[in-house]
Amino acid sequence: MKVAVLRFPGTNCEFDTQYAFEKLGHETELVWHESDTLPSDIDMVVVPGGFSYGDYLRSGAIARFSPVMKAVTKYANEGGKVLGICNGFQILTEAGLLPGALKRNNNLHFISKHQTLRVENTDNAFLNQCERGEVLNIPIAHADGNYYIDDEGLENLEANGQILVRYCDEDGNRVVVNGSVTSIAGVCNEKKNVFGLMPHPERALESILGSEDGMKMLKGFGA
Amino acid sequence: MTAIVNVFLKEGVLDPQGKATHHALDSLGFEGVNDVRIGKQIVLQLDTDDKAKAEAEVKEMCETLLANTVIEDYNIEIK
Repeated sequence: MKVAVLRFPGTNCEFDTQYAFEKLGHETELVWHESDTLPSDIDMVVVPGGFSYGDYLRSGAIARFSPVMKAVTKYANEGGKVLGICNGFQILTEAGLLPGALKRNNNLHFISKHQTLRVENTDNAFLNQCERGEVLNIPIAHADGNYYIDDEGLENLEANGQILVRYCDEDGNRVVVNGSVTSIAGVCNEKKNVFGLMPHPERALESILGSEDGMKMLKGFGA
Repeated sequence: MTAIVNVFLKEGVLDPQGKATHHALDSLGFEGVNDVRIGKQIVLQLDTDDKAKAEAEVKEMCETLLANTVIEDYNIEIK
């Protein structure tokens, strides 16, 4: 598989993301945000984490208007796989490619720690190598990760199996981490080809660094 | 003309900054505050003198970029 990894001014997880996919045997290519096209031979686009445009106005609000995002929207609308991690998730919600929005954490703190997540749905292009109810240990690092969607939107997400991961304790029980509606950590779009999550799977690749569950999660993305 | 845009989280969407500030005011002994909402103000200098045109343009700016209407409301004042 070939993965395009986007880079905006302020992105800082692009090399970790490349490292993760290359470790899994995939080819990667960095794409600068001013490019109005994507490489023609790619199988997935990743919008990595960081602080694009310094999080000015709202996280992701300015990056979503970068030239490359038009190409990403077209790619997604044609069924291409798009993954947004952390700031990438924020950019995808701002761009309207994913439902809902990410607000400031309820405790107003930047939260940076290892966090257990429960896999909620596996009937999608991303988590089909995981098991429903499986608990993964993957770090989070964000100030604006408090997922919000209105009641009707939440019902739709539930009904369509679009909630892919939730924050939980080691036994899989939901926990409040940042105030997200029903502890949501990641959602996909209705067509299930666009996935955004706040946790950083690319930071959980080696057990010596705390967890290799990120490998487990990302493995399915190229399957 | 000057356009002043105020952006706030929608009613019903929890405003953690407002809540923390409300709590701080309580702790300092300021009584009688029922609610605190924190938003942002964006001041735009426009080159038009046509108020209706300015309003229409700023509304479009709000819908496109200045506010995220999933979670935020806005109001516009033109001077």
